[in-house]
Amino acid sequence: MAAVVYQQIEVTPRRRAWRRLLRRGGAMFGLGVVLFFVLLALLAPWIAPYDPVATSWSAVRQAPSAAYLFGADELGRDVLSRIIWGTRASILAGVVSVSISMALGVPIGMLAGYLGRWVDALISRITDAMLACPFLILAIALAAFLGPSLTNAMIAIGISATPIFIRLTRAQVLAAKAEDYVEAARALGNPHWRIALRHIFPNIVAPLIVQATLAIAAAVIAEASLSFLGLGQQPPAPSWGSMLNTARNYVDQAPWMAIWPGVSIFLLVLSFNLLGDGLRDALDPRHK
Amino acid sequence: MLNYLLQRLALIVPTLFFVSVLIFGLQQLLPGDPAIALAGEDRDPNVVAFLRAKFHLDEPLPVRYWYWLSGVLHGDLGDSVRIQKPVTELILEKLPVTIQLAAMAIVIALVIGITAGVISAVKKDTWWDYGANVFALWGLSTPNFWLGILLILFFAVQLGWLPASGYVSPFEDLKANLAAMIMPAFVLGNAFAAVLMRHTRSAMLQVLSSDYVRTARAKGLDERVVVLKHALRNALIPVITLGALGLGELLGGAVLTEQVFTIPGFGKLIVDAVFNRDYSVVQGVVLFTATVYITLNLLADLAYYFVNPRMRH
Repeated sequence: MAAVVYQQIEVTPRRRAWRRLLRRGGAMFGLGVVLFFVLLALLAPWIAPYDPVATSWSAVRQAPSAAYLFGADELGRDVLSRIIWGTRASILAGVVSVSISMALGVPIGMLAGYLGRWVDALISRITDAMLACPFLILAIALAAFLGPSLTNAMIAIGISATPIFIRLTRAQVLAAKAEDYVEAARALGNPHWRIALRHIFPNIVAPLIVQATLAIAAAVIAEASLSFLGLGQQPPAPSWGSMLNTARNYVDQAPWMAIWPGVSIFLLVLSFNLLGDGLRDALDPRHK
Repeated sequence: MLNYLLQRLALIVPTLFFVSVLIFGLQQLLPGDPAIALAGEDRDPNVVAFLRAKFHLDEPLPVRYWYWLSGVLHGDLGDSVRIQKPVTELILEKLPVTIQLAAMAIVIALVIGITAGVISAVKKDTWWDYGANVFALWGLSTPNFWLGILLILFFAVQLGWLPASGYVSPFEDLKANLAAMIMPAFVLGNAFAAVLMRHTRSAMLQVLSSDYVRTARAKGLDERVVVLKHALRNALIPVITLGALGLGELLGGAVLTEQVFTIPGFGKLIVDAVFNRDYSVVQGVVLFTATVYITLNLLADLAYYFVNPRMRH
């Protein structure tokens, strides 16, 4: 009997959430595919069959074959190798842009939610202004003014996605502020920074993780979109978006150039979306 | 009603102010001398001097902002350095094309999204529901420029049914216009349909479990009447507001769709401007888009207020 009670105590909320996540087939599929792409990105130098920027005139627009599994592009470069190396740009863009958004959005959102009054009013109006500019158009404008490069694309996407994190954090802090445990922390005489960081923050992490996962999916599409427009990764460095931009001109002669980069973007984005949905269900069982 | 309208308008003024600061601030991101950057690749000293005087670049930042803002308030968004035309004129020239594209995309999205949402909610936890959810995930995860290329490959290259790209004015040839616009409109509407499907599904699930729907069923009403007349009408109320928020993303998506299908609309204008370093056009397009977005949101809020009697009490 004692052993049973002991086991029940051991099941922490984190472990319960993890178990719920494990039961979700979609989320597990998403996690598996994301891990697969992360491995591809890390192991690119060892597993890519060819140099992704090496051209070969004898292989120009060659259809998929044993030598070129995914075919070759208009300069005779191996599409598979470019897909493998392109994973780096996509994953890097997803993770770095969302890190920028969170690094800016979470503290600003906490300030707005915790301090309230004019600070909240000011931050909320600035957030409204940023949200009024459609995400991709703002990212295009920022990337245009910063100059075309993968780094600037990541900064542009990160800044454009920041207001979502400001809003979410603010709303979560406002809800948490009304909870008894925050009142108790305040009654004990804890300083504001301690209440915000030690008491409120740990309790709002779950929705932030869910949003971050979904935001990575949006950032991967945004990076591919900017690269497709020529504002992200610059040639000859491989990126799925810029590969599709080139493929557009050869769609009738070499359709394989358009198929694989698109499938890769779709799979990675779908996986982050599935993982995000699964995390939401696992971390907040009330949500359906 | 008037009080609500005034409240909403009062919130819009500071938002528009910050939008203008944000867009003016974009210019400050240009590395080096803005006059040289704005002059484009030629860097003609006369153009540089002209731009320096035009944008008051020797003045302090707040003064420059004031000059820029007074121009914007008078409908002057500046001139295109490349095309030598006022930005407002360029936007108004390209706008009808994008409006047609967006309108067709919205119709497609409404038909697919709301139908799929209703079916998914009514047939919850069946294969219909799973199918609709898979469709939503597909719509949200597919980059629309890729979907565009795939459709070109299938319908234009393989089957030869539709033109791969280009644009014909509906006043010249309506049939050719629709043939050229149907693929881009579907591509643009696809992601929006997924968003609408998810909103409709969750709103319908909530409404279907409410007391008045149970009462309608208890009265022995036909299930079709219960779903379409009683439930859907109320479920669509939140979908209006959430749908209006999605319209902004639709404008963003139009940039890529117009690029794939070479449609000379609003989205192509911003992309061409980016590559021509025509920064006034970029700023003008962003400002215009933000204003449209804010106006649409206001209209959606007013519509929400109008159709939801509870808001009025």
